Amino acid sequence: MSKNEVWVYIEQNEGKIADVSLELLGKATQLADKLKVKVGAVLLGSQIKNLCKTVFSYGADTVYINEDANLKYYTTLPYARVVVDLVKKYQPQIVLYGATTTGRDLAPRITSELKTGLTADCTNLQIGDYSAKDKEYKDILYQIRPAFGGNIIATIVCPDHKPQMATVREGVMKMNEPDSKRTGDIIEHKAEISKDLLITEIVKRFQQEKTVNLKAANIIVSGGIGVGSKDNFDLIIKLAHTIGAEVGASRAAVDAGFVSKDHQVGQTGTTVRPKLYIAIGISGSVQHMAGMSESSRIIAINTDPRAPIFQIAHYGIVGDLNEVLPKFIEVYKSLKK
Amino acid sequence: MEYKMIVLVKQVPDTKNITGQAMKEDGTVNRAALPAIFNPEDLNALEEALKIKDKFGGKISIISMGPPAAAQVLRESLFRGADEVILLSDRKFAGADTLATSYALAMAIKKIKDYDIVLCGRQAIDGDTAQVGPQTAEKLNVNQITCVDKIVELKNKEIKVERSIEGGYEIVKTKLPVLLTITGEANFPRPFSAKKVLKYKYAVTPSEMSSYDEEYLKTTEIDQSNVIIKLWDHSEVGAKEEQIGLAGSPTKVKQIESVVLEAGEFKNIDNTKPGLEELIKELMNEHILG
Ligand SMILES: Cc1cc2nc3c(=O)[nH]c(=O)nc-3n(C[C@H](O)[C@H](O)[C@H](O)COP(=O)(O)OP(=O)(O)OC[C@H]3O[C@@H](n4cnc5c(N)ncnc54)[C@H](O)[C@@H]3O)c2cc1C
Ligand SMILES: Nc1ncnc2c1ncn2[C@@H]1O[C@H](COP(=O)(O)O)[C@@H](O)[C@H]1O
Repeated sequence: MSKNEVWVYIEQNEGKIADVSLELLGKATQLADKLKVKVGAVLLGSQIKNLCKTVFSYGADTVYINEDANLKYYTTLPYARVVVDLVKKYQPQIVLYGATTTGRDLAPRITSELKTGLTADCTNLQIGDYSAKDKEYKDILYQIRPAFGGNIIATIVCPDHKPQMATVREGVMKMNEPDSKRTGDIIEHKAEISKDLLITEIVKRFQQEKTVNLKAANIIVSGGIGVGSKDNFDLIIKLAHTIGAEVGASRAAVDAGFVSKDHQVGQTGTTVRPKLYIAIGISGSVQHMAGMSESSRIIAINTDPRAPIFQIAHYGIVGDLNEVLPKFIEVYKSLKK
Repeated sequence: MEYKMIVLVKQVPDTKNITGQAMKEDGTVNRAALPAIFNPEDLNALEEALKIKDKFGGKISIISMGPPAAAQVLRESLFRGADEVILLSDRKFAGADTLATSYALAMAIKKIKDYDIVLCGRQAIDGDTAQVGPQTAEKLNVNQITCVDKIVELKNKEIKVERSIEGGYEIVKTKLPVLLTITGEANFPRPFSAKKVLKYKYAVTPSEMSSYDEEYLKTTEIDQSNVIIKLWDHSEVGAKEEQIGLAGSPTKVKQIESVVLEAGEFKNIDNTKPGLEELIKELMNEHILG
C-alpha cells in the first residue's frame, strides 16, 4: 500500500454517511491525482461494512475500516485512538475531516497527539510548492481559509509535519458523480480499545433530518435584516413559495429571530450554489458572500445602490423590498398564466 | 463537594465590529484599530464556573496567554468573581498556532496541578478554530466534551452535560477531571460585581507595577498589595522553547490576501412592472425560473 495517500475521515451516524465526507472524497480525488497517489477513506463504527460500496463509488481507492461494538456511537477517546493508530501505521500525507461538531471534536485531539498542524474551515485546498528561508518544499497542501471574520483569505501550510490536516464545512467542496462500478481494497483494522477510553456514556441522543435543504435547492430567496421584522419576513416566504424556491437568510436576519438558523447562508451557515439566488435586504458582507457568490445568477434587491451585494449581482434592483416583492409576485403570476 | 476549576480566557480583536479602518490599504488587518475584548464564549465558560462555585463552593483560576495588555481580561475576570488570575506571557510565545498555544496552556495547568474541571470557550472569534480546547485536553490526558450548551448535573466526581451535535443534541455523562468547551447558548454572563470592582480595580501584574514611577505611586493608593495578577513566562511553567511560539507551530501562514469581489456582467433592472417583466421573462427563457 502506498504510504502517502490522501485520506478522508468518513463520518457516519447510524449507518448514514455525512454529505460532507462524500464531498471531501471529491476533493481528495483531485488532490491525489495531482500528487499521483491514491485516496484512502477511514471508516469507523459498528457493523458498517455495507457502507464501503458507497465510499468507493464516490472516489475512495482503499477503505480502512475498524468495526467495534464500542464504536457504535461517536465518542472522542476511542475514535481518536483508532484514527491515530491508523495514521501511524499507514502514514497518509493528508487527512481531511468535515467541519461538523464531530470533526471539530476529533481532528484537534488527533493533531495534538500526532504533533502536527490542523487548519479549520478551509474553503479551498490546493497542491503547490512552498519556500521557507533555506528550504524548498514540493507538493505541499495549501489550506486556504477566511480569517479575521472573513475579511482576509489566508493560505496556511504545514510543511515539516505529516500528515497535513484540515477541516472543511459541508457544501464547500463538490461531490464526484457516484460510480457504482468503482471498487477498491478494504483493509480491516482492529485497534485495541482499552476500558479507560470508554469513559463517556451517551445518556440520550436526539437528532432530526434537516427540514431546510438549501444545498439541493435550484432557487433560493434570501432575506436580510433589511426585511425589518419577523412578520414582514412572510413576504420573503411568499415569494419563495410562488416561484418554488427554498428560503435563505443572512446571519443578521437569523440573529434577529426572523427565521431559524437552518436557513443561514454564508461562512458560518450553509454554502450554496443554486441556479438563482435572490438577495433581498442583504448588504453583502464578506461572510455572507462567501456562502453564495458561486450562484449561477444573483438578483439583488436593496434600497442602497452602494450595497456591496451589487458588486457580485448579475441583476440589481434598487428599491424598497416592500414595493418590489409584491410587484415581482404579481408579474411572475401573470406571466405564468 | 467543592470543585477546583480552571477557565481559559483569551483577549481577542472584536472581529464582529470590523469597520473600514480595521483593514489597511494592502488588505491586511490593522489590529490597532480593533477594540480588544473578552472572547465572548470565554465569558460563558467563566459564567458556568461561577454557577458551579455558587452552588457547591470551590475555587476558580483563570489563565490567559497573551501580550501584557491581556491583563485586562484577567481584571474583568476578578470583577466577576474569579479567585486566582494568571497571565501567561512571554515574547517567546509570539506567533503560536493552536498546537503551540495548547502546549503552553497545558503546561500552565499542570503547574496548578490540582483541578476537577477545565472550562474553555467553544471557539475564539479571531480565528473561529475551536481547536485549543481539545488539544489542551489531549496534552493533559483528560477527557473532553465540546460544544456544551448546558451542564445538566454535577454530582461528586461525575458530570452530565448536554452538547450540540449535527441536527440535534446529546446528553453525555463522564467522570472528572474533564475539559469542557462552552457555547454561547449556555448562559447569560453576569455583570461585574460593584464590590469586586472596588476591590480589584487596581489589580496589576508585577511588570505593570514596576512600570509605574515612584512619584506617581505616591499620589495613588496603589502598592504591592495590588499585584494580584500572576505573570508566568515559559520557564516558570517549564515549557520547552522548541515547542512554543513560532518555533513550536507546525502551521505557517504562506500568504494573506484581502477579499476581492468579482464583478460579473451586471444589469440594472428598473423597479417598474415592465422592468421586472423583462427580467422574469429572460430568466424563464433560460429555464432558470420555471
Ligand atoms: C466570524 C463571522 C462569521 C459570520 N458568518 C456569517 C454568515 O455565515 N452569514 C451571514 O449572512 N453573515 C455572517 N456574519 C455576519 C456578517 O458580518 C453581517 O453582519 C451580516 O451578513 C449582515 O446581514 P444583513 O446583510 O442582513 O444586514 P446589513 O448588513 O445590516 O444589511 C441590511 C441591508 O438591507 C438594506 N435594506 C434596508 N431596508 C430595506 C428595504 N426596505 N428594502 C430593501 N433593502 C433594504 C440595507 O440597505 C442594507 O444593505 C458573520 C460575521 C462574523 C464576524
Ligand atoms: N491564548 C489563549 N489563552 C487562553 N485561552 C485560550 C487562548 N487561545 C484559546 N484559548 C481557549 O480556547 C478556546 C478556543 O480557542 P480557539 O481554538 O482559538 O478557537 C477559547 O475560547 C479559549 O477558552
